[in-house]
Amino acid sequence: MASSDMGLFSSFVLIFVSAAFTDNILLARFLGMCSCLGVSKKVDTSLGLGVAVVFVTASTAVLNYLVYNYLLVPLGIEYLKLIIFIVVIAAFVQIVEMIIERVSEKLYNALGIFLPLITVNCAILGASLFMLNKPYTLLQAFGFGLGCGFGWFLAITLIGGIRERINEAAVPKGLEGPGITLIIIGIMALAFVGFSGMIKI
Amino acid sequence: MAARPATILADGLWKQNPIFRQVLGICSTLAVTNLVANTLFMCFGVIFTTALSNLTVSLLRNLIPVRVRMMAQVLIIASYVMMVDILIKAVAPDIHRFIGPYVGLIITNCIIMGRAEAFASQNKPLASALDGLACGAGYALVLIAIALVREPLGFGTVLGYPLPARGLWWHQWTIMVMPPGAFFMLAVATWIARARFSAQEKTEGTEKKT
Repeated sequence: MASSDMGLFSSFVLIFVSAAFTDNILLARFLGMCSCLGVSKKVDTSLGLGVAVVFVTASTAVLNYLVYNYLLVPLGIEYLKLIIFIVVIAAFVQIVEMIIERVSEKLYNALGIFLPLITVNCAILGASLFMLNKPYTLLQAFGFGLGCGFGWFLAITLIGGIRERINEAAVPKGLEGPGITLIIIGIMALAFVGFSGMIKI
Repeated sequence: MAARPATILADGLWKQNPIFRQVLGICSTLAVTNLVANTLFMCFGVIFTTALSNLTVSLLRNLIPVRVRMMAQVLIIASYVMMVDILIKAVAPDIHRFIGPYVGLIITNCIIMGRAEAFASQNKPLASALDGLACGAGYALVLIAIALVREPLGFGTVLGYPLPARGLWWHQWTIMVMPPGAFFMLAVATWIARARFSAQEKTEGTEKKT
């Protein structure tokens, strides 16, 4: 628990680092695997989707925090949170999609089918749900969302880099594609386990 | 597509197994399989949601405008997941504390969305419900199989009951219940399944790659 005598900024940084490294959303909480397996074939698409996810996760964490604490709790309808969260996320993704389409057609074409899939990217809904487990302030919730998104971005970019290389190697037939990717992710998860215990929140 | 019930079942359970073949719904596969009990509750939730959301989507398939299709499907799925969430909270609060967020994440489980989109929006209600049931069951089979390996190796227990070898000559592999173990187990399971698939199909090249 982030103690109250800590400065606002340091608790923000602490939550960010712990969400990005010790509790990496992809490697320790297994969220966002589907789009990760689909997109991580190349570094540049990984980067593109990663940036989109960082942006969406951080923004929706804040939006959902506000909606939950100032709308659902006062009205006593917390049990509706799943539906409300997914609607907030879907609406937000729709807007981001429209912006990307305008700004960069190349990125839009590269991400193709995966943009709508951000809505069903569990990392984003997951960040909002895990956020509720701790009594965060608004700033801390933002740090948590940002950290989750950044951790996902980091993991998928690394995986993309490794997969680009592994395409040239001879992998046993049944292990091609998802199999070998899962093993890569497993080894990376081992490395990230090394971070655990570094920060206790 | 007038598939017979037996074909739909076989497809969901093995031939088009959502996890091995379509690589969908991986997230929850990994997260909840460290204990068999968690897995059972999760599987119940997923089967319930896939079957009923497929049924509902199929019933409404001619009423929902194409443009808002995705949104409508998400809302249908979310309502069923909410029921499951409340139900599990009431029946097993201890387990809910651990898998709670992951139950909520059934909404974003691509299996459910994928089946609603690929099957239920084009087929009759009963066939769709059966398809949802089959896919949910195919998912459950894989999950339970993985959990049955991870829990004994990691904790030396099955469903919380210690195995006879525990503490005598079996040293727990803590890594199996930690995240990396999940990734390795799923990789091995996928490997075995895909090797079987390619052995079954003599025709090369039809194998779908992701």
